[in-house]
Amino acid sequence: MGSRSFLSRLREGDEIARLITLIFAAMVVLITLLLVYELWVNSTLARHKFGLSFFVTRVWDPVTDEYGALPFIYGTLVTSAVALFLAVPLGIGASIFLAELAPPRISDTLQFFIDLLAAVPSVIYGLLGIFIVVPLMRTVIYPALNKPLGFLPIFKGPSYGVGFLTAGIVLAIMVIPYIISVSREVLLSVPRDQREAALALGSTRWESTWKVVVPFAKTGIMGSIFLALARALGETMAVTMVIGNTPTISASLFSPGDSIASVIANQFTEATGDLYLQSLIGLGLVLFLLTFVINGLARLLIIVTTEKGSKVSN
Amino acid sequence: MKRAALLLAAIVALGTAVWAQGLLINGAGATFPYPIYSKWFDVYHQKNSSIQFNYQSVGSGAGIKQVTEGTVDFGASDGPMNDAQLKEFQAKRGCEILHFPTVLGAVVPTYNVQGVTASLNFTPEALAGIYLGKITKWNDPAIAGANKGVSLPAQDIVVIHRSDGSGTTYIWTDYLSKVSDEWKSKVNRNTSVNWPVGLGGKGNEGVTGLVKQTPNAIGYVELIYAVQNKIPYGTVKNAAGSFIKADLASVTAAAAGAAKEMPADFRVSITNAPGKTAYPISSFTWLLIPSKIQDAAKRDAIKGFLKWMLTEGQSYNEALSYAKLPKEVVDKELHAISKVQ
Repeated sequence: MGSRSFLSRLREGDEIARLITLIFAAMVVLITLLLVYELWVNSTLARHKFGLSFFVTRVWDPVTDEYGALPFIYGTLVTSAVALFLAVPLGIGASIFLAELAPPRISDTLQFFIDLLAAVPSVIYGLLGIFIVVPLMRTVIYPALNKPLGFLPIFKGPSYGVGFLTAGIVLAIMVIPYIISVSREVLLSVPRDQREAALALGSTRWESTWKVVVPFAKTGIMGSIFLALARALGETMAVTMVIGNTPTISASLFSPGDSIASVIANQFTEATGDLYLQSLIGLGLVLFLLTFVINGLARLLIIVTTEKGSKVSN
Repeated sequence: MKRAALLLAAIVALGTAVWAQGLLINGAGATFPYPIYSKWFDVYHQKNSSIQFNYQSVGSGAGIKQVTEGTVDFGASDGPMNDAQLKEFQAKRGCEILHFPTVLGAVVPTYNVQGVTASLNFTPEALAGIYLGKITKWNDPAIAGANKGVSLPAQDIVVIHRSDGSGTTYIWTDYLSKVSDEWKSKVNRNTSVNWPVGLGGKGNEGVTGLVKQTPNAIGYVELIYAVQNKIPYGTVKNAAGSFIKADLASVTAAAAGAAKEMPADFRVSITNAPGKTAYPISSFTWLLIPSKIQDAAKRDAIKGFLKWMLTEGQSYNEALSYAKLPKEVVDKELHAISKVQ
């Protein structure tokens, strides 16, 4: 291919197709870079004034023009952690049931409902949170956790219905469909001979599922978890309706708090004053950085575990 | 098929050309007065079919920004522009920005206290203390003293405020800054502040939702919103010492009381206004008009609208639960229209 000049190669349909698809792929990278560039340039005032202390300041005061990202970073991380803690066991368990143990017709029907859940707009989840989860938290969940386990720092203090735990629960409901859909696909694509080999060696149904099929699909399942995490980190509307919107850092899960996406959505339109606006854009940059770092760690984790797996099999 | 498409395109182009012949004036700003502005612009267009006003309720902050940048012909804001913003406008646009009050709004305290169905009376000290986090229980003497005969529970007060930037918050914090030195030094006034205590709800709906759902909660909402959604709210003690319940008459009385000392540029806060029947947590909302408008047709249209709005337009206010401007203020404004050149 390399022996002919570029222009003469261009006459072939293959080469044109390659070029066009290359341009499309390059555009995705370009858009990402443009996004980061815009965030960087439009948060200049904030970066110059606060520098790295932006990451560790707790105060968010539009009146004295003092801004710090720490409470929002904390809120984003805590709600996402709670969401994953609840969604991963449920999601993986459900996907194993749907892929391995359920009859095909039930599996397909349930998958249809799960796809519906994934398509529901986040505002609806927010309403679900306000009208169902918040009263539930106040009347059922809080007493059930606080009375026996109130000595633990994460379950201390009063509950107003809204807070980190409520937001985490709503986020968990939102990301479970992603985990189930992707994990189920991955599990279904595990070759039959893997399962049959395990069963032939005398393992039970459960042993073959848990010890052979799931590890084989590990990369895909971890990918689904990080997809869910990405959604949880960036979720705006559902979180802002149930998190309580107070920039607080507290060990208790019942405490109200705030997240990066939530505060940007709330305060951006009415933000007067350049430093205020640029600090909000700076928060957007912080969220981008957070997502970037976590995705990077995800990639690393997948590489490490895949290498480990391939080393073992050798 | 091709011919049909071309014909359709030609018709659309011709149609938009014909439709676009009238004068189009763009504005953006506060969400609070959007219903009445909408009504006014619609009625005015029916009376002057060649003039069309287009208003986007994107928020006071965005309105101020857009009129300063010049992307819209006029802005609207629930809070007056401060000196720094005035200077910025002068620097960017080479002329002044004029404020014209259009309607009045008010903010009322709403609550959900177990066992209390009566209308509660709130003193300024009580409201400031509650929002500073100093008064923590409903049966505190500061609240009970104004509500003899009502049995208030010994429960913690759950404070609710706005999570989003808003003119309503500006009016509320402006009032608290006037009646409490501690509030002024600790928190001060703005569309978005660093609240000492409390949970945040998004929009009037968010605050109302949280107050309704949370036992022993207190929050603040726009009067019109409270009236239209039949939400119970309390009375507030005004500067003259009477407990006033917010309604159209008491809000207009607040503006009338402040009219005597109104500055020429109408950038005034009328919270805690003098007057026996004045409701203390009231405020104007303003249209922001540049003092020099290049396009003569636009300038005349805007001046014509302002005149109409101050005279005939005010008769539409009460039907939508907005309070009318008092006569003293209307007279001053009619004089000020000549400043637009």
